[in-house]
Amino acid sequence: MSQAPNSGLPTPRIESAGLDGWLVRLFSTIDEANLAWLGALARRCETAFGEALVDLVPSYTTLLVVFDPLRLSPEAARRRLAELLADLGAGPAPEQEGAAGEEHELLTWYDPSVGPDLERVARHADMSLEEVIDCHAGQAYRVFALGFAPGFAFMGLLDRRLEVPRLDTPRQRVPVNSVAITGRQTAAYPAVSPGGWNLLGRTTARLFDRDREGFSLLRVGDRVRFVPVDRATFERHGGDATPMETRPVEAGE
Amino acid sequence: MNQYTVIGLRVQRAGPLALLQDAGRFGVRRLGVTQGGPADLHGWAWANRLAGNAWGTPALEVTFGGLALVAERDLTIAVAGADLAATLDGEPLALWQSVPIKEGQTLAFGTPRNGLRAYLAVAGGFRAEPVLGSVSCVVREGLGGFDGHGAKLTAGDRLAVTPGAGERVGREAASVPEQPDYTGPASLALLPGAQVADFTGASLYAAFNRPWRVDDRADRMGVRLTGPRLSCRIGSLISEGIGLGAVQVPPDGQPIALLNDRQTIGGYPRLGALTPLAASRLAQCLPGQAVRLVATTGERALGDYRYFRRSLER
Repeated sequence: MSQAPNSGLPTPRIESAGLDGWLVRLFSTIDEANLAWLGALARRCETAFGEALVDLVPSYTTLLVVFDPLRLSPEAARRRLAELLADLGAGPAPEQEGAAGEEHELLTWYDPSVGPDLERVARHADMSLEEVIDCHAGQAYRVFALGFAPGFAFMGLLDRRLEVPRLDTPRQRVPVNSVAITGRQTAAYPAVSPGGWNLLGRTTARLFDRDREGFSLLRVGDRVRFVPVDRATFERHGGDATPMETRPVEAGE
Repeated sequence: MNQYTVIGLRVQRAGPLALLQDAGRFGVRRLGVTQGGPADLHGWAWANRLAGNAWGTPALEVTFGGLALVAERDLTIAVAGADLAATLDGEPLALWQSVPIKEGQTLAFGTPRNGLRAYLAVAGGFRAEPVLGSVSCVVREGLGGFDGHGAKLTAGDRLAVTPGAGERVGREAASVPEQPDYTGPASLALLPGAQVADFTGASLYAAFNRPWRVDDRADRMGVRLTGPRLSCRIGSLISEGIGLGAVQVPPDGQPIALLNDRQTIGGYPRLGALTPLAASRLAQCLPGQAVRLVATTGERALGDYRYFRRSLER
């Protein structure tokens, strides 16, 4: 899975992302080893761009760097990025462990009443419910990107045996804290929203909190484990056991 | 809100969509939080400028009209951007200039005559508690606005303004060239992006030479354009950060220009990105209007943007 720790950085590309942004494309495939490089580049941008930095958006293989074009011209920004990348590529590979992110345990109640797709996923994988739960909870996931909604973390890589496509028709209302899978990814919904992922259960974690330092529980590079708990434990930790409505899915996203 | 809260206006009728906007929410996009901010930066900035406010002061974005407000104190206001047939006590309101209004007067917006989004600034600025560093109201995320939870205006809301402001503003007006005619066909400057060469030659020709029509599937997240079907050799990308104005082309070949409330990452190939002023211009187009995409250079885009920001300082 991970790249040799002393391997160098592949040749990055700096692509136009509008008047106030450059997209740095570091990799062409999804790999956990990308995260440490992307994190290292983001930290260097924070220092090198200073007041001119407006936003940084890391994702699986890229880092979008948004700057104020009145403080730093797009051409100067591009040169600065090229320098940072040359410097990053010349140095040792960033550490893959420790500094690359926090570890989290998300207490999760896996049950068909709150995970209405659990049984279908089990049939699809030719597994029992217990095996699906063990499989989903049996590994740590890395956060590759946040997006779709505040605090929504795209995590992977999910065991191939649990790989199922998105729903043909997304649900209009996925309850907050639903734990879900699609493809080789897993996520938990930070807020009620439409969604097309397959729901397995529900967590107690407060994923996005405007009053908390840092706002989002999960960040790119973090490691996440889902810990199966029974209903009593789930509710004791503040989990909402209200069952999903079982009416058929509606159109729209 | 605290004890220093001063109410400037009361909402008599909310209209379809009126949102508080400062310059936007920055530094939190890596958490999946969108940018927000005024869909038409030009109109918003001029409303503030004419009300004597600094860049970034919260102003109201009024989409499609319908909003009616009653002044609860004497104020100086300025309305710029779209002409939504605004009136003051039933008389036509002068746009693109500062206007003193008296306690008890009613400011009412009608329906679009020129453009889609009007900006109302009050001298001193509207006041709300910032959420994640900004008061910009994003309904979908439940962030910002007067209540802090992303609510659009509703009848009965009482809108706070910065206390003590509004006395010192003289009469100010924008020069005519700053007042766009939004009704004609729009030329939208686009900076070509990294996937532009992955579109077929015929598609690129069509993209930059054929008119596009603004679809009714248009909101603060993005505006869909309909026209010739564009085809790209890349169907989708691994999701990556997307900037303001990015013009993405999903497999149906119909481009979507992404605006302020877009999702922070996405995976469709892109023709490129509209310049900030082109995205602003598009945000003033009504469904059915014709637009053209015009390739531009970074140098020209920067020149235009600098000119815009400098003109506000004069």
